[in-house]
Formats: sequence, structure tokens, C-alpha cells
Amino acid sequence: MTTNGATPLLEVEDLVTRFSVPRGLVGTLSGRPKLAVKAVDGVTFSLGQGEMLALVGESGSGKTTTAQTILRLVDAESGTIRFQGEDISKASGKTMRALRRHAQLIFQDPYESLDPRFRVRATVEEPLLVHGEGGSSSEREQHIRDALARAGLNPPELFLDRYPHELSGGQRQRVAIAASLVLDPELLVADEPVSMLDVSIRAGILTLLDELRRSGLGILMITHDLSTAAHYADRIAVMYLGRIVEEGPAREVVQNPKHPYTKALISVVPQRDPRAAVKPQILTGETPNPIAIPAGCRFNPRCPIAIPECRATDPELRVPAGARADHRAACIRA
Amino acid sequence: MTVPLLQVEDLNVWFDLEDGRELHAVQGVSLGLDEGERVGLVGESGCGKTTTILAVMGLLPPSASVGGRVVLEGEDILFQGEDSVSPHRWVDIAMVFQGAMNAFNPVKTIGDQIVEPMELHGTASGRLARRQAGELLERVGIPAARARSYPHQFSGGMRQRAAIAMALACKPRILLADEPTTALDVMVQAQILQLLVGLADDFGLALVLVTHDLPVVAQVCERGAVMYAGEIVEAGSTDTLYHDPRHPYTRLLFSATPDLHEESDVVFIPGTPPRLDHELVGCPFAPRCDRVFAPCASLKPRLVPTAPDHSAACHLNDPAMRAAS
Repeated sequence: MTTNGATPLLEVEDLVTRFSVPRGLVGTLSGRPKLAVKAVDGVTFSLGQGEMLALVGESGSGKTTTAQTILRLVDAESGTIRFQGEDISKASGKTMRALRRHAQLIFQDPYESLDPRFRVRATVEEPLLVHGEGGSSSEREQHIRDALARAGLNPPELFLDRYPHELSGGQRQRVAIAASLVLDPELLVADEPVSMLDVSIRAGILTLLDELRRSGLGILMITHDLSTAAHYADRIAVMYLGRIVEEGPAREVVQNPKHPYTKALISVVPQRDPRAAVKPQILTGETPNPIAIPAGCRFNPRCPIAIPECRATDPELRVPAGARADHRAACIRA
Repeated sequence: MTVPLLQVEDLNVWFDLEDGRELHAVQGVSLGLDEGERVGLVGESGCGKTTTILAVMGLLPPSASVGGRVVLEGEDILFQGEDSVSPHRWVDIAMVFQGAMNAFNPVKTIGDQIVEPMELHGTASGRLARRQAGELLERVGIPAARARSYPHQFSGGMRQRAAIAMALACKPRILLADEPTTALDVMVQAQILQLLVGLADDFGLALVLVTHDLPVVAQVCERGAVMYAGEIVEAGSTDTLYHDPRHPYTRLLFSATPDLHEESDVVFIPGTPPRLDHELVGCPFAPRCDRVFAPCASLKPRLVPTAPDHSAACHLNDPAMRAAS
């Protein structure tokens, strides 16, 4: 859904992020080899304006590290990140600071991401002060009100002077969203934006993100919840051990999955209807340690359809036979 | 009619607040449980589901006062407080606490921690207890030899399995599981749910699954009870709860839960649950309800049968009430 061949908002190519594992004093002295966790290991995707992409995966799949690397909260080892066509993977200091106002992050836990001593006004005003934006104090007040209204806190006067403890979980998350909107960014990265909220109010926050997407923002949503991704995202990228193993239009990935990992994940998502014919395909064990990524296809030790060749070939993302042109999977058997 | 294995009758729990007021956390909850049956207790945070099962276990803090009966095979075990509950705790009724997998003692082996309740309650000791601990670990899918491991050597999913093994140490007939899969990945969640269903089938273990996750209940339990503001607002088979809900909250809660295979719109329920530190007038769900009508504001609906094995607390089910307004 990239706008008519124009430059995508965000392009990520072959991104690699590595964390070194501390060896300890004894390990260092005895010359134990340096170990590294490849948290992100060759991730490529793009995100257009007015598009929502969901990065879906289990814990340890690298989805949060991918987001943090894109926002340059951690440094990439290699690969490129282009924001509105400009390579920001090596950008530093001033350039990065200018970029930050265009790309904002929404955290998982609105109970922890808001300063309990700040009134709503101060929380939403802070990004303006940090970036020296928003003009005079009365102009800033108007920006704050606009941002609160955009985040669905209406009328804003009702919320400006409240403290976080006076707000419900859903309202807190809306305040956090307002604080990220006040700089009028082009990209929102939402890391599990509703997982800490009660079911009955989740749809309110997700619908708000959907409205922001319609208004032209690009949204990268990190989630472990395939159902949420299927309902709200335009596209889904499924991650496993630092790699995107399948990517395509959200409904297409859910209804016509090509990668055996995606198929297994979809089969174990509980359904609302007790009569639903479920054949959960439960994989044994848990995601392996990213210090020792299996050779060949990284999914092969848990894969129900692996053949000997899967231990030798590291499959690339490609369009599988019989799939739509915008649907890709990294599996030689797909 | 046979006596149910466990019958909770008109359970009420009040917490003393610091300012002298009381919080009525559980309001007249009744719940029956048969041998080998799997029942889901569903609701959002603060609805009283955890308090309900802690009351059944007799594990509420001193600031709580409890009323009502918890009848285990005809015997009221709440009657004399701690004296009457403690002989049954872990031996007949056991519980897997929320976050149990992070509550192991880090300096003791998993095996030692499973043996501990056996020795404490005198169900087994010494080599017999060790052997039983090993068997339990095998049953939950962990090699018996791993009994010598420490908690940090286990993954999250393995620690949750070990927590279940520990709850089963004294061979209880009832297992109360509080959000047993909440912090787990979906694949590990599927493994744990499969394990719980297997345990219920193999040992005739009756299971109460406490969760905020309706689809989990729909797939695991035969019956479900939906809680709101301290009370059960609807109870019945999971099939009728989904296909024929008789309380708007149940219907809306299902509609608020996205389903992977359905494209219907996901709804959001405006407002928040009421505070329980003052007496409520009328239906507690009325301010958030999409079907509210005249009597809801002033008259509190009672949980009444709407069909065999199905009950709901909503005036909409009362034809006289609907005709009058």
C-alpha cells in the first residue's frame, strides 16, 4: 500500500542487531570465546504512509529489538534504515534529534510510562519543550489540547489538570498517545499498546490507532497477538529468532499461511466459539536460544515438515508458488 | 441428584479499607463443581475472580472478612475458618497462583520444592516423596532427572509446568488455576492448556480456570461463569455463553475480543467498572450497557435461571419487566 511508487515512509534492509553476552571476569581471563546474541538477524521490510504493519512473534523473536533499532535506541551492527528516503542508520547527534520528532514510540505499560507527579498537561507538553517546539506558552497550550482531542480525550479541559492516578488504564494510554502526537510525527511505533489493558477497552485504543493510520500516519505495531494484528493491521510480518519468516497482507497471511511456523501459530490461537473445529498443531519445546541459532533454516529443529535440505539451506523470503505477489515466506517447502 | 464435589454458596468477601470503610469485593457468588469438570471463571481486572478462589482456599489476608459457605462433599470447610480449611488445603483443593512460575525459591531445587508440601501435609516423605515428585514432573512433561535443577535453569514454560506439579503434590481433587497462561507465549500457552485438560481427564481432577481470556475458556472449559463488579452475572455452558448470551456484558465481552478467523468489528465497552467501596444501586453494568432500560437504574437484577444450566442477572430476561417499561 505504498503510495503510488513514492518513497516509502520507512525502509529497513538487512538489519542486524547484536548484543554481546558478558563473559564475566573468569570467562575473560580464561579466554572463553566472546558470545553474541543476534537479536535481529537480517530483517527487511518497508512501511508506507497511512499503513499499519504488525510485527508478530513470540518473546525472543526480535520484534521489540527491531523497533528499538529503527528508532536508534540501540545501534544496528549492519543494514540500512531509511526514513523518508534518508539513510538514518549512521545518523548521529543533531540529525537524529531532528528525526526523533518525526518518529514516536508508544510503550506497552501506561501505568509505568507516565510520570506519576506530572499532570496530563505537563506530560503532553514535555516533548514540545525537549524539542524547543510549539512557540509561546499559549500556542503550546493549543497544541496540547489538539493532541488530547486527537487521542480521544474530549473535552481536553477535563483532563489537562489530572494526574495519572486519577485516570483509567485506557485514558492513561490515550495520554501517552497524545504525548507522542503533539510533535505531529509521521511514524508511530506502538510496542504492545494494549496488552496491559482490559479486554473491554482494548478496541478503543486500537480503533484510535486505526484512525491515526487513516489520517496518514505510518504505524509499526509490535504484538504477540495474531488476532489483533489480523483485525487492525494492513500487513503482518511474522518473526522467528530474529528473522521475518513470513510477510504479506494481514488477511492473506492468516487465511492462507505459507510458512509452517505461521501455520502452527495460527492453529493454537484460541477461538471464541467453543464449537470451532480446532486442530492445534502444538510445537514441542520453546524458541531456541538466539546465541546458538540452528544451521540452515532456523526453524528446522521444530518444523513438522522439515527435510534434510532444511538443515543446509537458510531460506530467503520469496513469493511461494500459488501465493499473491505481495506475500512472501522464507521456506524452501512453501 | 448427586452432591457436587464442591459447592460455593453465597460467598461474600469484604476488605477493610484504611479509612474505615469496606470494599465489597465478592458479592454473593455461588458456584458448583463436579468431579473432572472444567469450569472457567472469567472477568476483567478487579471483578473479584481471584478473591473468590483465594476465599475458597482460605488464603485471604486478615483484612478480609468472609461470609457464605464452601461445601466440599457435603462438609462446610469455611465454617471454622483456618481450623476447618487447613486439613483440606493442598490435600483436596490446590491452587496455581498467578505468576507462580516466578515465585519459586531460587536457592532450592525444583524437586525439593515439590517434596515440601508432601512432607508438610504428611502424604509422603523421604524416598517415596522424591519418587512421587519425579513422577509428577514426568506427568507435566519434565524429565524426572530435572528435579535436581534450580528454578533459574528452567524456561518460563517449564517453571509453569513445575508450579502445576507442585500444586498436585498432595494429589488434590480440585485444582484452582489463576491466569495460568497469562505471561506465556501463545505456543507455550497451548502446551499448558493441553496439559491441564489432560490432567483433568486422566486424574478426574476438577479444574477452575480463572482468566480474563474468553477464548481460552471457550476452548478449555465445559462451563463458564462471567463475573462483573464482584458478582457472577451469567453462568452456563461455554457453548450457550457464546451462542446465546443472556447478559449484555457477556455478549459485549465476546464482541470486544478479536477472533483470528472472523472479520466482524471488534467493539469497545465505554466506561469502567464501578468502585465497590460503596453500596451500588441498580444493575452494576447499567452505566456501560447498550440495552439499558427503565428498571436498570434503580433495581438490582438477581441471578436467575433462564434455561436449564443457564442463569443470568439481567432484567431483559424478565418478560414482566420488559412489558412494564
